[in-house]
Amino acid sequence: MKDETKAAIICIAPAIAIIGTFTLFPIFYSFGLSTTDWDGLSPTINFVGLSNYSKLISSGAFWNSIKVTLYYTVGVSIISVIAGLALASLINRTGGRLASFYRVIYFIPVVTSFVAAGVVWKSLFSPAGFLSDTFRSIGLSPPNWLADPIWAMPALIIVGAWMRLGFNTVISLAGLQSIPRGYYEKAKIDGAGALNRFRFVTIPLMKPIILLLLIMSLVDAFLIFDLAFVMTGGGPLGATNVAGLLLYKNAFHYYKMGFASAIGVMIFAIVLIITLVQMRLFKFGRRA
Amino acid sequence: MNERDISQATVRNLIKRIAGIVRRTWVHIFLLTLGFVVLMPFLWMITTSLKPLELMRVPPHLIPTHFYWQNYAIALESAPFGRYYLNTIIVTIGIVVGQLFLSSLAGYAFARLRFPGRNILFLVLLSTLMIPIYITLIPSYLIIRGFGLVNTYLGLILPFLVSAFGIFLFRQYYIGFPKDLEDKALMDGCSRLQIWRHIFLPLSKPAFATLGIFAFLFAWNSFLWPLIVTTDPDMWTIQIGLAMFSGRYGTQWTYLMAGTTISIIPAIAIFIILQKYYIKHLALSARLG
Repeated sequence: MKDETKAAIICIAPAIAIIGTFTLFPIFYSFGLSTTDWDGLSPTINFVGLSNYSKLISSGAFWNSIKVTLYYTVGVSIISVIAGLALASLINRTGGRLASFYRVIYFIPVVTSFVAAGVVWKSLFSPAGFLSDTFRSIGLSPPNWLADPIWAMPALIIVGAWMRLGFNTVISLAGLQSIPRGYYEKAKIDGAGALNRFRFVTIPLMKPIILLLLIMSLVDAFLIFDLAFVMTGGGPLGATNVAGLLLYKNAFHYYKMGFASAIGVMIFAIVLIITLVQMRLFKFGRRA
Repeated sequence: MNERDISQATVRNLIKRIAGIVRRTWVHIFLLTLGFVVLMPFLWMITTSLKPLELMRVPPHLIPTHFYWQNYAIALESAPFGRYYLNTIIVTIGIVVGQLFLSSLAGYAFARLRFPGRNILFLVLLSTLMIPIYITLIPSYLIIRGFGLVNTYLGLILPFLVSAFGIFLFRQYYIGFPKDLEDKALMDGCSRLQIWRHIFLPLSKPAFATLGIFAFLFAWNSFLWPLIVTTDPDMWTIQIGLAMFSGRYGTQWTYLMAGTTISIIPAIAIFIILQKYYIKHLALSARLG
């Protein structure tokens, strides 16, 4: 064997071992587990074929979890991408002064843990909390956010979008700053107002970045766990019982490892579909 | 052109410039106000953590009149936050050091060494970035349990000791180095590993800073994995401790906010110190994610 190959093996062996053990092998392991009724403890494992999947498909809790996860995912993605782009446009208009200051300010929620954010927002949303008081002070009667099946998910969406806003703003700002100034000046000479310049210069040139941020948000938000765990625990009445929580409860509270693995495979499939759609869209975007 | 015209032009220019400044000022005022709104939850957290407990019921003031630093002492007494901190620091150091070392090593091989299967292996590695944690969670837990590593630091660290993102980052960084960097060393009889150790490693500071902050924030903030591999409260990390504290002390917001403030400080401090490395590479992480 060549020295170079030997050195390469030494260099990559630890990385391959860890990623192999904890990422690649588990994918097959999960598929396997999902065809059993194992409880994670007993010595006997029964092969049950696809019955976990047929149970899933006929389970109201599963479809509810997919529905509320999608609700959260789409809500967070749309709000945070649009708000991030708008915010980046404003920062860009100030001519770069203070841009790095704003970047840091708006980015702080992004580096905060979901647990800490969840705890703080839970208190803001509580009936005696700051948000409810602000509502009352302007004459509105606030809902009991986290205890209300209708308002619990919007509350989570607000927090999720708040945590993602800075990321989308910073990436959008980088995109905006890479648009040559001349494009805007030419449009101005052609008589385009600020709104038309945004519509006909910014939007088309930012399309790939907007798409990227949207897909990234969708994939990320779909995996929500911490926030729902801390703020609502999945309630009220399953209104925030997202797919990750459903899997966690089945695996580690009810010890239905086989059934929970089937949920994991389904989540994997959904994320894969979003990713494949992303790839198609990007190829399309490049050709256009 | 007479003097009148000139002065009129000057006035017009001046008005235009003032209008520009006024417009920009409005944008700044708006951005600052919005920034305040975005940071409001943190302000609320800090001020609540310094209020007396019984004042929580009446309409709250954002700024307290007296500072109750004892809330922090009470929070620290009612839950072993010191222990959680220690656990989190150990786990975070393990993950950060492991990721820096192993990603640099593997990134070097993928960037500078030729070996059979290199490209296909790298592609497989990159594709793991798209795999959601939920399909690997249960098997990873069973493997860690099989190794007897539940409730151990190693069990918390091992699955995250290396990341495909880190390997990619280092590969991109090393691939830009000039070719003759290692040629001379090879002629002098250095081994490949010596070249990595004595030439590439000392030049890696920016990449270390970048991956370091990503890995730090990941490790410090992670919740789901520590939640399932620790059942012993002595092994809880700060996020688990905080979540459990929140579950137990439900509405005693003053102490809860004190605990939350304590848990947040390191992440925000590291971010502010290393933010230029973080934000610069955000685009890279975006393209990968």
